[in-house]
Amino acid sequence: MSTAPDTPDRSSDRRDTARRPPTPPPVRWVINNLFNSWFNGLLTVLLLWMLLELVPPILSWLIFDSVLFSALGAEEPAAVCRQADGACWAFIHEWWRFIIFGRYTFDEQWRPALAMILALGLLVASCDRRLWSKWLLIAWVAALPLIGVLMRGGIFGLPFVPTTSWGGLPLTLGLAFVGLAVAFPLGVVLALGRRSTMPAVRGICIGYIELIRGVPLITILFMASVLFPLFMPRGVTIDQLLRAQIGMILFASAYLAEVVRGGLQALPRGQYEAADSLGLRYWQKMRLIILPQALRISIPPLVNTFIGFFKDTSLVIIVGLVDLLAAAKHALTNPEWRGFYQESYFFIAVIYFLFCYTLSKYSQSLERRLNVGTRR
Amino acid sequence: MTRLVPQEALETDGAAPGEPIIVMQGVNKWFGDFQVLRDIDLSVERGEKIVVCGPSGSGKSTLIRCINALEEHQRGTIDVDGIRVTHNLKNVDAIRREVGMVFQQFNLFPHLTVLENLTLSPIWVRKLPKAEAEESARLYLERVRIPEQAHKYPGQLSGGQQQRVAIARALCMKPKVMLFDEPTSALDPEMIKEVLDVMIELAEEGMTMLVVTHEMGFARTVANRVIFMDEGRIVEQNAPEPFFTSPQSERTKLFLSQILSH
Repeated sequence: MSTAPDTPDRSSDRRDTARRPPTPPPVRWVINNLFNSWFNGLLTVLLLWMLLELVPPILSWLIFDSVLFSALGAEEPAAVCRQADGACWAFIHEWWRFIIFGRYTFDEQWRPALAMILALGLLVASCDRRLWSKWLLIAWVAALPLIGVLMRGGIFGLPFVPTTSWGGLPLTLGLAFVGLAVAFPLGVVLALGRRSTMPAVRGICIGYIELIRGVPLITILFMASVLFPLFMPRGVTIDQLLRAQIGMILFASAYLAEVVRGGLQALPRGQYEAADSLGLRYWQKMRLIILPQALRISIPPLVNTFIGFFKDTSLVIIVGLVDLLAAAKHALTNPEWRGFYQESYFFIAVIYFLFCYTLSKYSQSLERRLNVGTRR
Repeated sequence: MTRLVPQEALETDGAAPGEPIIVMQGVNKWFGDFQVLRDIDLSVERGEKIVVCGPSGSGKSTLIRCINALEEHQRGTIDVDGIRVTHNLKNVDAIRREVGMVFQQFNLFPHLTVLENLTLSPIWVRKLPKAEAEESARLYLERVRIPEQAHKYPGQLSGGQQQRVAIARALCMKPKVMLFDEPTSALDPEMIKEVLDVMIELAEEGMTMLVVTHEMGFARTVANRVIFMDEGRIVEQNAPEPFFTSPQSERTKLFLSQILSH
């Protein structure tokens, strides 16, 4: 529909070009699009100047002046790095296993690696609707305890590794994955509760959401880590990692609830009434009619929250857990390698970006696919 | 040809044949301080076709929406086929299984195909096996003359087609009463006829119908009784012929002159 008014314009444009003396197309494109007014011309020049100023130094830092192979053979690679102008990728080469796996027992690091591959593999498989079957569910049910055994050990001849030693990327992914897997259903229930007609249910849900949303995540993590044990009976201790995880779930569920509520409110009332008039019960109505539509509408803000939550896991550093960011920071405290901040942060930024970008791309394809039926 | 009206709808179950299927007594309803329904007394015989008309805001939609408990009335009683409309979920479920509804905005489920729209409730509420539900859904689609659209999504259909799917969806639950809330008001003029034709067939087969509409031609051909409402009251009710030719109240005369003068 929107293309209709454009069509005559474009054809008249084509007629114009036929009359004008021929200009080489690329030059014409540049003039028409980059220099069609004094303001756009100025912007173009400014941008070109900025690119010229920025790109070569970045490239030379990243690649041309960087130190990788020359330092690897050296006795003191850090010393070689300090004399170079560019990035010291030897630092990453030296420290990547610590950054990725944190303080996890060095010789046992294949275990978190395997656990991660297992979880990510299943996650990717679950993203494809065609693979949804009983077998995928069975695979998940089998994989989750296996991942637990791999991480924790203590049986089948695997040395025990306490959760305090877990760290790096597996910790970040685990916190995010378990956090979202629990917080999402909780958020949906909270959103439904907030729109309930029962005053008590609604009151509790509103209270919970507003309380949690009004407090920074750091505070919740502190409370989970410091205050929570005070309320526990003497002698009962809860694992620090679990406490942080619970804190994050509480936090994420409140935010997800509001996102889902947005989707619920966007649905026309007629959908509720049609479901009612057909005799569907409350949960049937929600599961079959309302939530499928509300969640589809909410995909963009949901993924936004997911990505935010994934990155927020780096705040567990505050309660002493060594996630990806914390591991990178720890690597920098080594006296020999002190000061290679850029390389370290660049490395983990790339990792974070890869995960977030993949998630974002997946959500886009999901939106496209789910919109097929409802596009008007 | 299958009948649009299931045999069950014509049967009277335990109730005596002459007994009305819907009885409303002294029904009052308020939206906050605003009273939308005032002392409504109405009884509907089995197989009766009633057209409800009146100016906007007169409470006609609210009236029929109280019958299947989409709206709650505050005073008075409503009985549908011997079941009292109350807060009791059991009663509400039972009534909604007997009463089908068609909305002005169709309210089809856009994320489900036409066939899924039709079979959803028979499968989940009536607990029919999927194959049986689909078979009967296809028959109804044929009767509303769109069997070829079964696997399309509602968004791919025209307004008239959507409304016919909505009628078929309500019929799939084999209701005894059909409520129509301005079923043609959201349609383009050339699509109104195809929907009215289906409704006329339905009426001819003996379905009990309450229709809120401004289609006076439909009222003349189909209705047994026309009800005129204003400010929440039933102002006048009569058979279509005397209703249109010799209305009693001034309000009715004014209304009719306004809608019939064009």
